Amino acid sequence: MGRRVVITGMGAVSSLGMSARATMDGMAAGRSGISALEFQDVERLQIRIGGQIKSYDETAHFSRQELTFYDRFTQFAVLAAREAVAQSGAALAGAQSGVVLGTSGGGLQTQDENFRKVYEEGKNRVHPFVVPRLMNNAAASHLSMLHGVTGPSYTVSTACASSNHAMGQAFHMIRSGMADCMLTGGAESMLCFGGIKAWEGLRVMSKTGCRPFSANRDGMVQGEGAAVFVFEALDVAQARGAEILAEVAGFAMTSDASDIVMPNQDGAMRAMLGALNDAGLTPEDIGYINAHGTGTLGNDKTESAAIREVFGAHAKAMPVSSTKSMHGHLIGGTGAVELLACIMALREGIIAPTINHDQPDPACGLNVVPNVAQKAKPRATLSNAFAFGGLNAVLALKSAL
Amino acid sequence: MADSVADKVIAIIAEQAMLEPDEVSLESTLESLSVDSLGLVETVFAIEETFNVQVPFNANDPESKAFDVSSVESIVNAVEALIADAK
Repeated sequence: MGRRVVITGMGAVSSLGMSARATMDGMAAGRSGISALEFQDVERLQIRIGGQIKSYDETAHFSRQELTFYDRFTQFAVLAAREAVAQSGAALAGAQSGVVLGTSGGGLQTQDENFRKVYEEGKNRVHPFVVPRLMNNAAASHLSMLHGVTGPSYTVSTACASSNHAMGQAFHMIRSGMADCMLTGGAESMLCFGGIKAWEGLRVMSKTGCRPFSANRDGMVQGEGAAVFVFEALDVAQARGAEILAEVAGFAMTSDASDIVMPNQDGAMRAMLGALNDAGLTPEDIGYINAHGTGTLGNDKTESAAIREVFGAHAKAMPVSSTKSMHGHLIGGTGAVELLACIMALREGIIAPTINHDQPDPACGLNVVPNVAQKAKPRATLSNAFAFGGLNAVLALKSAL
Repeated sequence: MADSVADKVIAIIAEQAMLEPDEVSLESTLESLSVDSLGLVETVFAIEETFNVQVPFNANDPESKAFDVSSVESIVNAVEALIADAK
């Protein structure tokens, strides 16, 4: 079976707050981080809301030299990792540690800014470090440099499942003995003109708000931010007396092999069943699911049907919520931020709600923790991510020992 | 005299359905022409580009009357209304 894997540190930045604690507090309070988007040319968009991180001053966190190399998604990853590493106290420096991060857009803001300069403003020159700033692995590389991590480091990009795939890889690497300790999670910052312009063309975005599982839902709302965790081999964490936040118990990934954008119930079911099986858990062991719950017509109906099928009678009362209703859909970073809801459920017995739940949808029919957090004592949780392209990744966590 | 709005809309839908325009009638539904949800999104885009209008269509709410996609005729009527509004 290999080594057991635990989480010993967590960090986050999101529109709910600039730390893991602040983000979880926002979730527990059912607070909305969605607001009017603010960036150049926003008035030329149809979609003008998002989970944007406001009143954030990059110069308060980073030097001018650092900012030359840090796109906004890298900045978020660095801040989240700093918090996670400080909490964990793990000995990261060295070849027994690695970094696996998820992102979908990478340095999209850097691309957007520089395309504007050369195409719209007609400039013939861009900053010499555009490439190292925009590359998808920039955040992973900076984490490796900042923390002296010299083992395997890379970036996983599977759209909305990127960070779940990344964390699953990190889990596998420790379980198999390839690494003792991994920095893992995801980061995303696509809230710029080009980023939203591309998304609005798909006609799946809401102009009004993210209302997962509600009968009046009308689409997804994007967010931005990052979450980074320290995953560590149980034996290593115990030997140094580290506080264990949760155990990473299982992981599974499947492919729908059906449609490039429409979800598929079978692929989702196989991923959830695979994660249960990998963790040695039964459906009845699961006390909370952090749903993918995008707020689109298709996802929420299909995901609900998949959950009802996998969990049977247990699905009637089991809490299932989508925290995207509060922080928006962070695309390649979303699974990482959402894992915080699972950790909060396991450690604190607080189940984050699905806010904006105006009217139940009979096609969903789950306890979606409408609008207000619920108290429960789950011993194990699942976190779902189902990406465009039909790539699914589900993580199972258990409470700390 | 340029093609009518109906002719242009039919040409757009026919291209999505991989049919000849004369195989698409005003009474046709997108379903009967096998235009799926992605084909519909591309159709809406082509209409916006052709007529320089903004189509109020959200794939999460395909039944909405804001842009009625229940038949080719309803789409033509909706496009004519958008053109009139834009003037």
